[in-house]
Amino acid sequence: MIPHESAVGRAFKRDPEQAPTEDVRERVLELEAQGEWIVHRVPDDVVLLDTKYGRKKKIPLRHTWHHKSCGQCGHIPGYSTSIFWLHRKLGLDYDDPRDQTSCTAWNYYASATSNSAAQAAVAVRNFAAAYQTGYYPIIHCGTSYGHYKEVREELLRHPELRKEVREIMAKLGKPLVMPEEIVHYSEWVYAIRNELAVRKVLDLSTITVTVHPACHYYKLVQEDAIYDPDIYGGQRTAVVTGVATALGAKVADYSTWFDCCGFGFRHILVQRDFSRSFAVQRKINVMREEANPDVTLTHDTGCVTTLDKSQFAAKAHEQFAGKPDVPVMSEAQFAALALGAHPYRVAQLHWHAADYRPLLEKMGIDWQARWAEFEADLERLRRGEVQYLTWDEVDAGPGPAPVLKPFETARGVAVVVAEEGRKA
Amino acid sequence: MATTVEALAPYAAVPLEEKERLLAQVQADPRYTDYLFGCYECGICVAACPSARFYDFSPRVIAQALAREDVELAYKQMNEDVWECSQCFSCLRCPRGNNPGGLILIMREVAVNNGLRSAREALEGYSRIIYKIMSTGTQVSPDMIRPDAFPDWGPTAAATADNLTLWRRAMPPETMHTTTASWEVAESTLEELYVIWHLTGVLDMIKAIDQGLHMILVDVMEETLEERGYSL
Repeated sequence: MIPHESAVGRAFKRDPEQAPTEDVRERVLELEAQGEWIVHRVPDDVVLLDTKYGRKKKIPLRHTWHHKSCGQCGHIPGYSTSIFWLHRKLGLDYDDPRDQTSCTAWNYYASATSNSAAQAAVAVRNFAAAYQTGYYPIIHCGTSYGHYKEVREELLRHPELRKEVREIMAKLGKPLVMPEEIVHYSEWVYAIRNELAVRKVLDLSTITVTVHPACHYYKLVQEDAIYDPDIYGGQRTAVVTGVATALGAKVADYSTWFDCCGFGFRHILVQRDFSRSFAVQRKINVMREEANPDVTLTHDTGCVTTLDKSQFAAKAHEQFAGKPDVPVMSEAQFAALALGAHPYRVAQLHWHAADYRPLLEKMGIDWQARWAEFEADLERLRRGEVQYLTWDEVDAGPGPAPVLKPFETARGVAVVVAEEGRKA
Repeated sequence: MATTVEALAPYAAVPLEEKERLLAQVQADPRYTDYLFGCYECGICVAACPSARFYDFSPRVIAQALAREDVELAYKQMNEDVWECSQCFSCLRCPRGNNPGGLILIMREVAVNNGLRSAREALEGYSRIIYKIMSTGTQVSPDMIRPDAFPDWGPTAAATADNLTLWRRAMPPETMHTTTASWEVAESTLEELYVIWHLTGVLDMIKAIDQGLHMILVDVMEETLEERGYSL
């Protein structure tokens, strides 16, 4: 258990019956019964996790449709690649679709050049696309995840919005579909954390981690986020912290954990003086002074971007000059590295701005040798010997022997992910 | 910090009817009653707010102005304050259940729909982002990382720009070898997105704040939409 001052003296009893909010998933099913829409059921193999008020949430393990993130794929490509690599490492099948748009919420929160109907239509178009493949949607971006939950609430509350969106879908030749659960990838990583732990090939016991919980993951429609009484006394979301500790790293606390990263949506693109100032003064510097981390982990697109990219310009300020960078990455990248993923072919750390090399050295990764390998890849690409780096060249197989401990599942199915990994 | 009288002075010449018209549009949004339940004036939202630390901005004052139907102050906020919000939704800590960030989103929408000068100014330099998301279906693309656009991101921005095509080929996911979009979006998917923008009036919103951008987007989408029977 990770103690925290906020947990001391409080008896936080999670009781679904006493939850201050309704369980909207029940209303989703009611509307299906009334013929309003189709509910895309979570596949059979799931892990049950507790949400903030103790309700159970089904997290699908396999057969997932990956709703990619524009910021991750565009600017932090090792983030998405690591999520896929972990699936391949564990032998869990997935779909990486082309029939997917961004949720467009980054633009909406930045500029408001959209509206409820358009945002809902974009969301359910993607949901319908997933439904038509048979794969279940799992969402990479925290903002997409939070926004889609907002959209779900708006559609539930406002019949006229459902009608408008249903008519748009009809014009597109698509059904109106709502997933049974809206799932973030970090919930999936958390669900498989013990499977990751048995496959790790690096000793992370000397690595100190700080965690930045992503605002749009746990502040927007907060009752859907994953909590665990053994992590921060159930006072904060468990997802990233639970993964870091399962992998054997030490998680250190800092006082401004609740603060956002400074992304700002509009600000990160056209008013970055705010983003930089906030990220460095309220997050990075506080972490450095209070926790001295080797790395900070987070689970959303904007957070990795802002915390990572904001550190360079701050070096010009006398307050921060000469202070070491704090490397920033997603817990998916960190987990992939721990399981032996290549830091450049998979984690794609050359796209990151803060100096990650001291971290790799401390983790026992020879970054110079790995970079030489990657440069050799680039040379083959330059010469036209290969068109692309392929999965065949970076997949590492299922890893060490499986742990024969079944997951708790929603339908009583004993799923042993490790065995699936061995089949891969 | 300006007094309220000083803060409202720039808008004194705007007719009261115009201010009331815009506030009525905010109040008419179906989400409005989901987002506002009064205000205890406790300031928890301000304590949690990142923008309040760096700007003359307060989510509490936003909620109060709307709860009191303060036409003058709400008009000033729609013209200034709303663009400072970070949209992180830390203000959802409100013990009253208010959603100041959500209210601000509604106020921004009204500002855009009515082509307020403040909206046009706030979104200056942002047009390329709107163009990217509306035309490609992805908000940001790898080729947007250029050292002149992101000098504060350090040498990584230059290295990324210099090696962009090669680095994009050096990643295993088959959908991510793109440079002008974050991933490869199917043509049929883009067509469906264009239909959504058209049917929901988003193209009209763009016209209200940036006619040049609207013309470019129409140019991109016109053929696709006409093939589907929609006239722009």
